[in-house]
Amino acid sequence: MISVEALSITYQAGQPVLRDVGLTVEEGEWLGLLGPNGAGKSTLLRAIAGLLPYRGTIRFDGADNGSLRRRDRARSVALVPQEPVMPGGMTVIEYVLLGRTPHLPYLGSEGAADLAQARLAMDMLDLEPLAGRMLSQLSGGERRRVALARAICQQADVLLLDEPTGALDIGQGQKALELIAHLRSRRPMTIITAMHDLTLAGQFPDRLTLLAEGRVVADGPPAQVLTPEHIRAIYRASVEVVNVNGGLAVVPMRTGTR
Amino acid sequence: MATVTPRLRDPTRLRWGWFLAACALLIASAVAGITVGPAGLTPGQVIGELVGGGSGLSGTQQAIIWDIRLPRVVLGGLVGSLLSLAGASYQGVFRNPLADPYLLGVAAGGGLGATAVIVLWPSADTRLLPLAAFAGALAAAALTYAVGRSVGGRSAVSLILAGVAVAAFFTALQTFVLQRNSETIRQVYSWILGRLATTGWQEVLVMVPYALACGAGLMLHRRLLDVLSVGDEEAESLGVSSSRVRTTVVVLATLATAAAVAVSGLIAFVGLVVPHTVRLLVGTSYRSLIPISAVAGGAFLILADMAARTVLSPLELPIGVITAFIGAPFFMVVLRTSRRYVT
Repeated sequence: MISVEALSITYQAGQPVLRDVGLTVEEGEWLGLLGPNGAGKSTLLRAIAGLLPYRGTIRFDGADNGSLRRRDRARSVALVPQEPVMPGGMTVIEYVLLGRTPHLPYLGSEGAADLAQARLAMDMLDLEPLAGRMLSQLSGGERRRVALARAICQQADVLLLDEPTGALDIGQGQKALELIAHLRSRRPMTIITAMHDLTLAGQFPDRLTLLAEGRVVADGPPAQVLTPEHIRAIYRASVEVVNVNGGLAVVPMRTGTR
Repeated sequence: MATVTPRLRDPTRLRWGWFLAACALLIASAVAGITVGPAGLTPGQVIGELVGGGSGLSGTQQAIIWDIRLPRVVLGGLVGSLLSLAGASYQGVFRNPLADPYLLGVAAGGGLGATAVIVLWPSADTRLLPLAAFAGALAAAALTYAVGRSVGGRSAVSLILAGVAVAAFFTALQTFVLQRNSETIRQVYSWILGRLATTGWQEVLVMVPYALACGAGLMLHRRLLDVLSVGDEEAESLGVSSSRVRTTVVVLATLATAAAVAVSGLIAFVGLVVPHTVRLLVGTSYRSLIPISAVAGGAFLILADMAARTVLSPLELPIGVITAFIGAPFFMVVLRTSRRYVT
């Protein structure tokens, strides 16, 4: 379980990016973080990953994030940034294998078991045929899968994904989330995804948290968070929310017609 | 469990084929380096003499091999190896394809440190020279990094511009120190241009401990250099302190540079030419890049020294002239192909 209490973050000499944020994510839950650009979604993920100084507390199963050693934290939390750095000359397997880093001694090297984990992760994401390919030769969708494979290879219980569908077209975006759902069915993981697409957010995560200007404005099951009122207030958009086969779809409406 | 795809290489292994090829090149360069010159030796005689004597050489020829040519070749090999290691390591920790001990101003800092000791304390033990060079080189590395970051964040070119400025400044200081002590000018001036003149095995003995320490230290960090290639923040999220790795590697690479500069002066571009060529052949992973660059760098400098001795024979060109002659155009090519890093 992840619990965040009274979390505030201010970048140097600026407005606070997060103000007094509190939320909990149960073990095995998939939480979707929503909010307009600049709401603080990425900042929250980076803070949970231990990459930013903050005020407040973040706990993993009761253990304080601040007191965890970097390597121990990396064994339990894996972050896939919005735009991962992908050195063009590196091969897919070399990149995926980086996920073993927190499991290795500082100056040590990978053994057969680490290599097997990397292959397993690539197998789960259908990347085996690309294993020897250079990262510079991959398509956008393939790069997403490779980044995800590295995080899977890290064998962390918590997976933080910043905009996993960003820069993907509608089909690829859908596939990326189906893949995450599929991975979760194969191995229990707690997942937090920062998301832009409200309809996808209405269909995949178990629970949603809506952020605006660094504060939590709504939190709960998708049907409670994705309401036309919330979306009008936060995104200044006029929408209808329709229930399609148990999932929610957020449909923008022309204001002139209402 | 997934089975091993037969065609795929284990990425954690050294690329032995390329490594052995580099070793073969090193040995061939060494034999050529010992053979070529005005003593009428043949490669067969040199190999015979080196592996077991009984080569039928005169005493003079034996002395030329053991006391003049071999130490020079070994020294060239060590210097080339250290400069290549340093270049590859700087490129890794700064994630900058243009990084090179010379272009970062580190070599000039080392030169100032060594010059100051030669001029101001002529009676000092020559074994102290690498340490004096190290102090100067470390100061230059720190200054270049601080200036480069403050100007352009992570831009590759701003770091190199800072390095050029630092190099100019340290070279000016060095000239100033020299001009005030004109009796040593000739001695130090030939050294500034880079040279591999030896007096027997003394320089080699001075270098060996530093070469071993830096080589071993950098070899141990080659996996971490791969981790750093995804950037500081992602390295941190993988559990690695990027600043700790960067500091350690910069110190080791700077010590390698200082040891090389202390015995051979400023030899430019080796740290650029060799790692980039190796990268083209074996890929970007530092696991293979570091050891193969070390071996290939030795071969490269031995060959460059051979050229320096023969091109204008009987005159000898400073070896730094040869490496710059190859390296400067090479630098322009790297600059062109790395435009995407430049903005």
